[in-house]
Order: sequence, then structure tokens, then C-alpha cells
Amino acid sequence: MLYNEPSPLEVKVLSRRFGLPDSQSINTYLAHEGYQAFRKAAAMTPDDIINEVKISSLRGRGGAGFPTGMKWSFVPRNSPKPKYIVVNADESEPGTCKDRLLMEYDPHQLIEGMMIAGLAVDAHTGYIYIRGEYRYLINLMDRAIAEAYERGYLGKNIQGTGFDFDVYTHTGAGAYECGEESALLESLEGKRGIPRIRPPFPAVSGAFQCPTVLNNVETYCAVPAIIRDGGAAFAALGTPKNGGTRLFCLSGHVNRPGVYELPMGFNLLRMINEVGGGVRGGKKLKAVIPGGSSCPVLKAEECDLAMDFDTVAQAKSMLGSGGVVVMDEDTCMVKAALRIMKFYAHESCGWCIPCREGTIWLRKLLDRFHAGFGQQGDIPLIGEVAKNMLGRTFCPLGDAAAMPTISFVEKFYDEFEAHLDGKPCPYEEVNRFALA
Amino acid sequence: MTFSPELEAKFEKLLRSYPPGRQRSALIPMLMFAQDEVGSVTPEVIAEIAARIGISELQVREVLSYYSMLHTKPMGKYHIQVCTNISCLLTGGEEIWEQARKKLGCGHKEVTADGQFSLEEVECIGACSWAPAIQVNYDFHHNVTPEKFNALIDSLRKLH
Ligand SMILES: Cc1cc2nc3c(=O)[nH]c(=O)nc-3n(C[C@H](O)[C@H](O)[C@H](O)COP(=O)(O)O)c2cc1C
Ligand code: FES
Repeated sequence: MLYNEPSPLEVKVLSRRFGLPDSQSINTYLAHEGYQAFRKAAAMTPDDIINEVKISSLRGRGGAGFPTGMKWSFVPRNSPKPKYIVVNADESEPGTCKDRLLMEYDPHQLIEGMMIAGLAVDAHTGYIYIRGEYRYLINLMDRAIAEAYERGYLGKNIQGTGFDFDVYTHTGAGAYECGEESALLESLEGKRGIPRIRPPFPAVSGAFQCPTVLNNVETYCAVPAIIRDGGAAFAALGTPKNGGTRLFCLSGHVNRPGVYELPMGFNLLRMINEVGGGVRGGKKLKAVIPGGSSCPVLKAEECDLAMDFDTVAQAKSMLGSGGVVVMDEDTCMVKAALRIMKFYAHESCGWCIPCREGTIWLRKLLDRFHAGFGQQGDIPLIGEVAKNMLGRTFCPLGDAAAMPTISFVEKFYDEFEAHLDGKPCPYEEVNRFALA
Repeated sequence: MTFSPELEAKFEKLLRSYPPGRQRSALIPMLMFAQDEVGSVTPEVIAEIAARIGISELQVREVLSYYSMLHTKPMGKYHIQVCTNISCLLTGGEEIWEQARKKLGCGHKEVTADGQFSLEEVECIGACSWAPAIQVNYDFHHNVTPEKFNALIDSLRKLH
């Protein structure tokens, strides 16, 4: 059973096997082109594999949108050290719930993507770092891995190609920061999830201080299709420099929230109105967070834009992790900003002072504000504190907390003013009424 | 300290899953799986896992205190985790949270007197498109309403 009805506007590449009977099993996978890309890749040179991924213009689906082929090319292949493939399945950016489905419905697609990455950089071991809350997926991936071993798709001399590859799952234990690549690697090594100084980047010194490819689940899941059908075909689905499709997670005030696979560059308003069935209750759109809670908020009038990395960046936000959070006209933006900051204050790992202290100060300021005790000077102060966090931390969590906050204050200044002088939140009444 | 045969097998596999000399990598998974069996990370669990990996108890505690899912005191038999992060907030997560506190009569990270339930307000659990969402132990419940929440708790209460 699927979590939500598919949309006729979807272009199903990564999710093509979702909803097939027994879609998790290797038999279903093999019956639907499974592991064919691996066979093809095994006959290619590592450079040709990387080149195909470059041609596809696949960019990282974890948040930053870094070109995947380029990332793979940074791995020093003649290094005498072992190399590792690490999957970021920590999925914890608020608004994001897609990697879950990719593992739940098609675990072998992820395994095949890892194997092809292994062929490309001469790695023979892979780890899937799965957030602790997704225990059912750890069990499910373990079963898929066991099946792949039984059928000779993992282990020694896979399908007679001479290639050896082992895959292990690894559970997290509740920490947003462990989704950040260097903190993830610390956690994989049995330590507190604290970021590492970069450079060196994981491609050169990652897991166990060895060269490592670290990508998001969805990024690896795109690789079999790229090798099977060619990089050019994948690229053609999207917009220039933004190849393929991606799984957008629509949530919040829409009629049909859900995870939908759409071409890169799909128009955001169309996504809300045609895929998501429009704003709930016939209300007006107020704002959208386009790529998970770390991304600056867009006002309704800014939403007529193509959802690819570059266009959203031009609009001074980010495509991020694909979490599209829709807010209607009755949403209190001070409250939304507060809830998001509460999250970052809770999840800051405490290593860098601007992030540790800044998120707590901002949470307190916003809390006081929303409770009606804000003062005029607090509005610029919120922006000031946030701006002083930017670029001053080892990892981007500080920026991830500051950027949306700055945007909330700048774009919804009037709403902050409406909370001044002990006035109750103007939206609390509306919402209480709506719920009754 | 001995664990169930299943958990022992799991530990044995975990200790083989990482490169030689890197057994410490198994620490967090071992703590998680041990907690599931024992109910919490007790001093005995800490000592045992430290010994098996070959690190100090202090090193285990240092790691333990970082991760929000690991706890040193037992939670309820049913640990109710209510997400109130942004997508859930927009779709009624706060109402579910209020309802949970009323229904269970306990607050954030508290356990009911009979030890059956505990409650925690959690950050995004990766169910945003099917919000509001909660987890009962590791099980997800999507599109929760106050009514559905009540019915769920009542059915769990009836189980014993
Ligand atoms: C605080 C923080 C949390 C992150 N969480 C995740 C996450 O849960 N999943 C993920 O894939 N990437 C996450 N990232 C991005 C990773 O650091 C990394 O860029 C990504 O996994 C690389 O894979 P990609 O190139 O395939 O996107 C996070 C980054 C930061 C700064
Ligand atoms: S915000 Fe509640 S599950 Fe993501």
C-alpha cells in the first residue's frame, strides 16, 4: 500500500517500482530491470561510469546539490587505502520523508546504486547510516542485503564479474546533526556526532580516515537508471545542470500532501495547485519553505518559479532536501519561525559557540515575542543575532538555523510588529475558531 | 551480563561489520539494540558493552549522553512520541500533543505511574507528508487526529 495516491503529473524513474506487488523482494527487482545497470557498469571503466554520472547532471539530493559525478571524481583512486561507500539515510531535515519510501519500496535499487559507486571508485565496502527512528527500515534493508548475498548480488565475485562488495546497515540514535556528513562519519566510528574540520573532505579522508563517497539515499537510487538508460536521457528530464527527477515531499496546508516524483524544474505553484490539489479549505497561500526547514521561506508571490537548484538559489532560497512545506493565510509566521528555531536549538551539537548560543538566544527571543512580550528593538535584534551566526561554524547547522530566521523577519516584518506591546498572537483566535 | 541468543548473534555480527581495529564503530548500534531488550541503558549494560568493545565506561557514557534516543532510565512499555515540528505543527500536531498529555496524565519524558506509557515531544520523524504523525516505540501512525489518538491508547490499554 502506498502512503498517498500518485499524481498523474509524476515522472516515475526512481519510484517506478513503488506499489508493485512485493516490490521489496529481489525477484520483483530482477523482473523489472534490477541489477542490469550493475552488469553494464561492471563492463565499463571507472572513468566511463563517472563520466556518465557527470553527463546526467545528477546533483546531491541530501541538501547542498553538489554535482555527484564531480564528487566521485575527487576520490584518489590510486590511494593504497581501502575506500568506502557511505549512504546518508539519516533523513531528519524537517519536511523531508522521501528516503524512507525509497528504502521501503525498493531497497535493491539503493544497493545497486552503491555497487555502481563502488565500481566507479574501487570501493568494496558500503555502510548505510539509517536514523534510529527508522528501525523498520533497518530490518527491511538487512533482509534485502541478506537476499542479495544469497543470490550472488553481494559478496565475492559478484555474478562472475570479479567484483567484491559488502554492505552493512548502521543505526543512528537520534541526532539531526548526524545527517551532516562529517558528524555522520564520527557517529559511524562510535563517537559523538560532532563535525570535523574540512578540508580534508570525505572523498579524501572520510570513514576510518579513508577515501569515502558519501551521498544521500536518493542520489544513489538515481544511479542505476543513469547507467541503464544513459546519462543524457536522465539529464534531459530536468533543466540545464539539474538533471533528472526528484522526490518532492509536499506537506502542510495542501489538499493532497504526499511524496511525488517530478522533473527537476517543475513549477512550484503548479506543484501546490495541480499535484497537491491546492491550499486546504480554499484558503489563500501565504508562504512556502521550498526545501526543508533550513531553507529561507518564500512569500506566495515568489512561488511562481522552477524548482531546480539554480532557480531557487536565484530567488535567495534553496532547493535543499525536497521538503516543500506549504503555509496558508492563517499561519502565524512568528510561531513558524519559533518552532523551527526550537528545533535547531535542540539539535545544535554544541561544538561551535555561535551556533550553540545563537540558536538558544534566538529561541528565547522568538518565544518571548510570540508570547506577546516582544519589544520593537527585538525585531532587528533577531536578525542581528542570526546574521552573526552565518559562516562562523564548522558545519552548516548554524547557517541552517540562521538563514530561515533572517528570511522570516525580513519578509514578514509586519507580522512581527503585530505581536508587539503585549498583543495576543493575532492568529491564535482564527485557528482556535477553525479547529472548533 | 548475558543477553538473548538473538541479541548475542546481532552483537557478534556487528563486531565483524567494521574494519579491523574499528570495533568501536559498533558502539551506538549495540547500545540501541541492548536498550530495546533491557529497557534502558543500565550501568551493567554500559560496563558490558565497554568490555566487549574494549573501551572505558566513561567513553561509553560520553557517547550515550549525546543521542536523544538513548536513555539511562526505563521508559514506558509504550513510548509515545509526538512530533510537533513544522509540518506537524501546521496540521494539528500541537493538538495531538495536548491530547496526549491529557489522556496519559503525564508530560514530556515522563512515565505513567503504572509504567505502561511514557510521553515525549519529538522533532521531525520523517512522516511530514502524512502529518501529524506519532511513533509508538518504533511504529509509525500517520494522519493522527485526537479521536484516533484516544482510540489507539485505549486499544493499547486493553492489551493487558
Ligand atoms: C545539519 C545538517 C544536517 C544534514 N542532514 C542530512 C540528512 O539527514 N540526509 C542527507 O542526505 N544529507 C544531510 N545533510 C547534508 C550532508 O551533509 C551531505 O551534504 C549529503 O549527505 C551529501 O550527499 P549528496 O551529495 O548526495 O546530497 C545535512 C547537512 C547538515 C549541515
Ligand atoms: S514535521 Fe512531523 S514528521 Fe516531519
